[in-house]
This record gives sequence, C-alpha cells and structure tokens, in this order.
Amino acid sequence: MTSAGVSVPGRARPLDHRQESTNLADILERVLDKGIVIAGDIRVNLLDIELLTIKIRLLVASVDKAREMGIDWWEHDPTLSSGQRDIAAENRRLRERIGALEAAQSSPPDGKRPARKRDTEDVQRG
Amino acid sequence: MADAVIYLSAVADSDLTDAELSDLHAVDDASVHVVTEAPLAAVVSSVDAERFSAPALRRNLEDLGWLETIARAHDSVVSGLANQRPLAPVRLATVFMDEDNVRALLRSRSDELVRTLDRIRGRVEWAVKAFSVAPDREQPIPGSSQAASPGRAYLERRRGERDSAARHRQHALDEAEAVHARLTELAIASRRYPPQDRRLTGFQDEMVLNAAYLLPEGGDAELRRLTEESGSPRLRLELTGPWAPYSFATLESQ
Repeated sequence: MTSAGVSVPGRARPLDHRQESTNLADILERVLDKGIVIAGDIRVNLLDIELLTIKIRLLVASVDKAREMGIDWWEHDPTLSSGQRDIAAENRRLRERIGALEAAQSSPPDGKRPARKRDTEDVQRG
Repeated sequence: MADAVIYLSAVADSDLTDAELSDLHAVDDASVHVVTEAPLAAVVSSVDAERFSAPALRRNLEDLGWLETIARAHDSVVSGLANQRPLAPVRLATVFMDEDNVRALLRSRSDELVRTLDRIRGRVEWAVKAFSVAPDREQPIPGSSQAASPGRAYLERRRGERDSAARHRQHALDEAEAVHARLTELAIASRRYPPQDRRLTGFQDEMVLNAAYLLPEGGDAELRRLTEESGSPRLRLELTGPWAPYSFATLESQ
C-alpha cells in the first residue's frame, strides 16, 4: 500500500490520504463483513456471536444506525452507557408530551373524543 | 501437526507458489503456504486446533483484543499478496480440518471462485470517507435579536445555532452524496458501508460517507483528482488505498 501526502492549493480542505495507519474499523468492516464467505469445517457463524456482532455494529455502524437496526442493549451496559442519559431525558420528554396530549384529549366536555372514534373505526375495518 | 488446523486467508490463481509467500506472516505469526487445485490456489496457514475450535473461536472472537490481532494478521497476508496478483480474500476465521478439505472446496466451488477472481483481475479497491466538518463556533449567528430580553436573546441564539448546525450538516450530507455519485460513475463498481462511529474514528467530525470503489489498477489518478476537488469547508475527504478487493471479491451466491 502506498502513502501519499497530497497538498491541494486553493482549497479549504486538503485531501487526507492515510494508509500506513490503517485503522481497525476499516479492517474489521472488511474482514468480517466482506470477502468470500465459505463454510469451513469449523463452523462459526460470525453473526451468531452476540457480543462480536453487537460490539462491531456498535463500533462500525454509527450509534444511530445501530438503533435503527434495533440494537440498543449497550444503553444498559455501564461501560458503554454514555448515551443513557439522553435516552432517559428523551423518555421523560415523551412521557411529558403524552401526558399533555392525554390532558388535551380528555378536556372536551361532551365525551366525543375524536381519537377514540378513530380507534373504533380502525377496529371495525380490521 | 496433529494439533493444527488450516486457516484459509484467500484464493488466487494456481500459478501461485510458496516462494511468493515467504515474507508473509499469518495469524499466530505462522508461515503461509499454498494449497493448489488447478486452476485455483488457496493461501493457507496452520493454526492451533484448540484455539480455533468452534467453541474457542466463539469465545475468542468476543474479545476485541484477540479479534484485532487476528484481523490485522489476516489483512497483512491478504494485502501483502493482493499487491502482487489477483486475490480474492476470504472472510475472517474460515478454518478447515486439513488441506484435503481445502482442495475439495477449491474443486467443488471452482467455477464460482474463478468468476470471482475474474471480476477483480487487474482491479484494486479504493476507499473514500467524508466527514462533516463542525462549523466554526466563533461565528456570530446572523439575525440574532439585540433588542430582546436576555432570556429571549439566549433562546433565539440557541435556536439559531441549532438550525444553523442542522443546515450545515444537511449541506455536508448533500455534498457527500454528490461526491459519491461522481466517484460511482468513475468506478467499475462501488459499495457503501455504514458510517463509522466517532468513538472509532477518533474524529469529532461526523462521518457522512464511507464507501469503496473498484478501479482498474493504476487508474486512480482521476479518483484522486475528483476527491481532491470535491472537498469544501464543510466536507473533509479521506482517501485510502489501494486495498485488496475485499468489498468486491464476493461470490454470486452471497
């Protein structure tokens, strides 16, 4: 592999060309996820390895991406829980919002609540 | 060796000889050798049967330190040889009981493996990452109200900062998509990876593009030019390569 420092006149951001310091994430995303997949005699499905899968996804995928994939247990892992406070705050905000919405819903005096009506229609259609 | 099993790193054409592998060090610092079954050759090394048994592998792969060692060794063999000849890397931790089983594999999957090698023959992989560069925080946010109360001014300023950061990020994302479109047009094939987490890249800036491009060997001048020209105050680009064609040496059945 080559290494080349590239200077770019007149541009605000020079192009980085790093190779010698090939980072672990770059290697892992290739050796674990790419290349020819052949069943060897020793069968270890990399995707079956819970911690491996999750840690690699956590590390290699962005955290948001991992959450989209439904992988979120590190939120409960004290060593990885930097995001936990965010989630707790988000939960609190959502609870407050639900409370406010419920309060708003129960306020019409005639009891004919639009949301309840829609629910009923949904059930009948289903 | 009774207590050894065979670790398969890559597949090449059958003109590969042991002499070409003499400088390479595989997993566990073992020497690398060839198992030939024309028209293919397997790049293999011996590993400890105990530590590469299925239960041990499952356990060991959970250990990021061990995983890093194995991954780097695997990559050093693959990269060392991909410089020299067409090479299809095999996924990490592909282990066989003995060389006969490797030969059997080369026989039974011959057509597919040859086609895989043909796809990457004379081609190399380059990788481009793009980072959204955080805006200069010293910059005043235009439109801040000066007449408002301190509380309102603070809230307005906060909102202005948030909106401006969101716009800035969106611009960077758009620019990255445009870069990817241009590079994809240039390349024989392209693959995108999920952006890497900040904790792994070690950069404050958010990664907004993580992609690999397959190019003809020596045909990277245009890629370099395009990548150099496409950086902006918002977008920092990083080019790495040439890589072994990991992202493109896949079987059709995969």
